[in-house]
Amino acid sequence: MKPAAFTYHRVSSVAHALSLLEMYADEAKVIAGGQSLGPMMNMRLAQPQHLIDLNGVTELAGIRETADALVIGAMTRHHDVATSARVRAACPLLADAVATVGHYAIRQRGTLGGSLVHADPAAQIPLVAVTLDATVEIAGALGTREVKAVDFIESVMTTDLAAHEMVTAVRFPRAGAAQRHGFKIVAQRHGDFAIVACAVTLELDGDIIRTLRIGLGGVSDKPVLLEQLAIQFCGEARHVDLAQRIGAAAAAAVDPEDSPEISSTYRRELVLVLTRRAVEQALSHVGH
Amino acid sequence: MKKSNLLLKINGATYEVNCESRKLLSDVIREDCGLTGTHVGCEHGVCGACTVLLDGRPARACLTYAAQADVMDITTIEAIAQDEQLSALQQALHECHGLQCGFCTPGIVMTFEAYLRECPDPTEAQVREVLSGNLCRCTGYQNIVRAILLAAARLREGNAHVAA
Repeated sequence: MKPAAFTYHRVSSVAHALSLLEMYADEAKVIAGGQSLGPMMNMRLAQPQHLIDLNGVTELAGIRETADALVIGAMTRHHDVATSARVRAACPLLADAVATVGHYAIRQRGTLGGSLVHADPAAQIPLVAVTLDATVEIAGALGTREVKAVDFIESVMTTDLAAHEMVTAVRFPRAGAAQRHGFKIVAQRHGDFAIVACAVTLELDGDIIRTLRIGLGGVSDKPVLLEQLAIQFCGEARHVDLAQRIGAAAAAAVDPEDSPEISSTYRRELVLVLTRRAVEQALSHVGH
Repeated sequence: MKKSNLLLKINGATYEVNCESRKLLSDVIREDCGLTGTHVGCEHGVCGACTVLLDGRPARACLTYAAQADVMDITTIEAIAQDEQLSALQQALHECHGLQCGFCTPGIVMTFEAYLRECPDPTEAQVREVLSGNLCRCTGYQNIVRAILLAAARLREGNAHVAA
């Protein structure tokens, strides 16, 4: 469990990191909190020749607000996101979800940007970014660009990021005053990656569902946003079996893989139950 | 592979070590600095045995590389007892029988020395949530939870006395 040899580069600015990425391209990896890349390097699943350490890049850490969004720097630690009053107020789904990432010590080091680019199909940050329609801010040799989270995550541990690029921040739309949310997760062991996770936001107009977004992690090669399904329930009144019906529809809409450890039947059952509970949680919230 | 000289700040002392960039901080602390209180379990961040404080925050030493560590203020289990006096948390673990073989204990102490500073009055559920990041194969956790809650209560009392 020792990593292969690498050349270490400590950088203090995005510009310096980009110049090294341009020079070394596929031979280099940037390291943020190291809570996913570290294990992969120790197990030699990843063997970068050059390790570019972003921990000294202060410009990448921090949470800032704009009129309609919360902009979170890529190097912002999970614990700082989870305990931020700004995140709690403007993006409560993210606050709830990030508090369940790994363990207390892991969240002190692990970062928002690192988790997003790692793109584990069951991870919380990619799921919430897709569910909330977040925008990923990217810097590269050719300048900066933006891409929606749903387009950024392409497949298992695969993103839209080119070898010379890095994520600098993620922009989450500010939750409207009427938005309620639910987040439910089941893992084999507390702190493990989810078997299934479900994130829900909705807005009510009196008793009528006005908007509904449902995201699922752990059911495919990337987070799944059930857009068409959610639209079908908009305009419905909240009644006792609404959450159950949404859960059943979600379970019917996904096609999880059968694996020796977790059967597709079990995963589908979890989709039903967790979606139902997440919708119930959202419906029971009084504001946020 | 090329080795380099690093100056590590551990428990207030400076250690000069010569090692490869890739060497795990957990190995550097034990082998190069001779501080063997930090234990090494899984070496991929799961078990929590190697937890130390980096700039005051708990972190897995096995997921930190030597080359990263020379800008950090590192605290290990050796710095927790002061003048032969166990910390409140160590004392409570001792009294509550919160350890058997003791392998996981340094990681648990380091995690909760930091956590109790941040959250001095945790609920049992909060303690269990944080404790989930440290594996113990002996105790079944019950006595560790009791010890942490006892230490938290004593620390609050102590603080109250100081304030008075």
